[in-house]
Amino acid sequence: MKQRSGTKLLILLFAAFALILASCASSDSDGGGSGSEPSDGGGSESAATCQGTPGETQEAAELGGEGEAPDGAGKKVGLVFDIGGKDDKSFNESAFNGLEAAKESMGIETKSLEPNADGSNREDLLRELADDGYGLVIGVGFNFFDPLTAVAGDYPDTDFAIVDSVVEADNVASITFAEEQGSYLVGAIAAQSTQTDTVGFVGGVETSLIKKFQAGFEAGVAEVNKDAKVEVKYLTPDGDFSGFNDSAKGQTVASGLYDAGADVIFHAAGGSGAGVFKAATEADRLAIGVDSDQYFQVDEAEQKCMLSSMLKRVDVGVYDTIAAYAGDKFESGVQVFDLANGGIDYSQAGGQVKDSAQIDDLKQQIIDGDIEVPTEP
Amino acid sequence: MIRRITMALAAPVLAIAFAMVVSAIMLALTDYSAGDVFHVIFTEGFDRTNLVTTVNRAAPYYISGVAVAIGFKMNLFNIGVEGQYKLAALFAAAAAAAVELPAPLHVLFTFAVAMLVGAAWASIPALLKAYRGVSEVISSIMLNATALGVGAFFIQRWLRAPASESPVLGTKTIPESGRLPTLNGVLGAVGIDVPDATRVQSYVLVAAVVGVAYYLLIWRSRYGFDLRATGSNAEAAAASGVNAKRMIITAMLLSGAAAGLIGLNNVMGPAARYTDVSVVTGLGFTGIAIALLGRNNPVGIAFAALLWAFMDAVQTPLSNADLPKQITAIMQGITVLSVVIAYEVVRRISARQELSGLRREVTAGGAGLPPADPPSPTGAGPEVAPA
Repeated sequence: MKQRSGTKLLILLFAAFALILASCASSDSDGGGSGSEPSDGGGSESAATCQGTPGETQEAAELGGEGEAPDGAGKKVGLVFDIGGKDDKSFNESAFNGLEAAKESMGIETKSLEPNADGSNREDLLRELADDGYGLVIGVGFNFFDPLTAVAGDYPDTDFAIVDSVVEADNVASITFAEEQGSYLVGAIAAQSTQTDTVGFVGGVETSLIKKFQAGFEAGVAEVNKDAKVEVKYLTPDGDFSGFNDSAKGQTVASGLYDAGADVIFHAAGGSGAGVFKAATEADRLAIGVDSDQYFQVDEAEQKCMLSSMLKRVDVGVYDTIAAYAGDKFESGVQVFDLANGGIDYSQAGGQVKDSAQIDDLKQQIIDGDIEVPTEP
Repeated sequence: MIRRITMALAAPVLAIAFAMVVSAIMLALTDYSAGDVFHVIFTEGFDRTNLVTTVNRAAPYYISGVAVAIGFKMNLFNIGVEGQYKLAALFAAAAAAAVELPAPLHVLFTFAVAMLVGAAWASIPALLKAYRGVSEVISSIMLNATALGVGAFFIQRWLRAPASESPVLGTKTIPESGRLPTLNGVLGAVGIDVPDATRVQSYVLVAAVVGVAYYLLIWRSRYGFDLRATGSNAEAAAASGVNAKRMIITAMLLSGAAAGLIGLNNVMGPAARYTDVSVVTGLGFTGIAIALLGRNNPVGIAFAALLWAFMDAVQTPLSNADLPKQITAIMQGITVLSVVIAYEVVRRISARQELSGLRREVTAGGAGLPPADPPSPTGAGPEVAPA
């Protein structure tokens, strides 16, 4: 009897725990952590250390550079986020900013929806929007590949767009990014800063998408410093997507790289990046963020260690696609966003980039086609 | 009898009402209109598309609840259902895509592979428990993480479809003969028209079969009697000749076999392959809540699964109406917690009533104990007892 009620209690505890876990799954970790004191980090004399200026303020992102925004009055654009939702300080939030900017400047009517915690209703949400007469429906993230393929076929008169994947259909625009170009630039930035001739790359999941980041980064490092070595670590193999949301693992792996002599680490690991920044602060070494300008997402202690961020402007991709739709110039097929059209860039927040003239020169060479960045390591 | 049914129903009904009251308060505190939210839940929640989604989602929840309940009946806590169904769905999808068989055989073959893989993965905690006394709670929850890694290893090396076939990592596509048809045609024939895009998955029938099998096995077979006996009093059962080790292992294997079927809805339905998207995460953990809510009873679990699925499904119209969809997740949580508490309260009340009834009889100087079984300390009968 005693034992039985013990088991029951255990069951209850676990059930409660599972519920908490389930409800946490949708809310991302908020990046910031306790700003621990920088430790001595063994041999830091000869390594690059954190000397960034904390507390800079973020300028409003500029969208739709040239020309007047088209008038989209009376047009309706719907957008479905992936798990994480519009406040994820990353990808989804960036897409949301693009949508909001488009609403502001073009006068379109917008609606954005979040899927439930396990993402099982992505397709239902796309259908709801198409049913409600939204003329352009956007799915944010490669997880929309299957749902969007199915829905686009059922609604031939509705335009669709997907971010980070390619759906081949007459009414689907595929918003993709030249991640390797931005990774190349932050690779060059890392190579300028390293004093140990060792830089690290932490990938979330070993997918072909993340390998693009790795390839560009390695090429960029090699361009500036032939002797520098790139240590590559992935958190999980392809097929196990926990690597994008495991900041503890990110911290362990990054600490290992710093201990082994790396003094700059570039991460392409989504939510796990928060752990990389913590490790950087503890070791007093540098880190490079990804997707959005992550300098503005971490606390002051961590800001000092932010060397740069590789910017993947999902907001630009979303905004430009909506602008094309609003101006009746919607095009299906692959739309590549890169350095040339502002879809990819790098950040200098914190003021630690050594020689930004050289980086801008490399950027121009990529835009002009003089440098071709590899997409596979 | 009637009193028992009323008691059994009172707890969940009160729990749902309580959950609604609490969520109404939370909505009021966050400046949302509870009226609007409940209006959407009770109108759009019951439109045809949403009900279809509810049924489609309830089926895996039901099987998951049964898988967990089989363990509970034996006083085992199989928290590893999560890993068992994920691995099973992966291997079943890969196997189904690799063979060519006539339709019914192909489907049965896929089920068999899924159940075998689920049982095989569950056999690890089962053997550890039976022969080394390792707590199945610890070993099976650890194996959930291991299952993710093992699955990733296999899909990457051998089971993935080439990138030219699909950019999304997953197995090859299962041929038509290995998929479950929709029930839209059958429903149309009896006058219930459902648009083609709203698929009514025949997978719900699989859940029904699992439920009947669960009932027959646990309550109508010699084996089930032994299992329930061991679950409620292992020493007494052993004294009457039941082999406890055998019971632990078989119960865990059965639980794993049932778990193997959880992830097949999409794999053998619209997606027709295993991907990270087609087999969602978390069904195993939800199964624990559903088994608790349904008190391990085959019919109770069905109601629990439908309720849970309904609250999931209604999130779509809620977010479409710019209302906080999270409120239904809160309601799910409160419902489970309050059901558990309510059952405990009801159990104590009825135990006290029976006890005082007994005292009265004894002091009245009747013929000693009543002829019926002495009231068990857990109060409720075997049909609704959790363990």
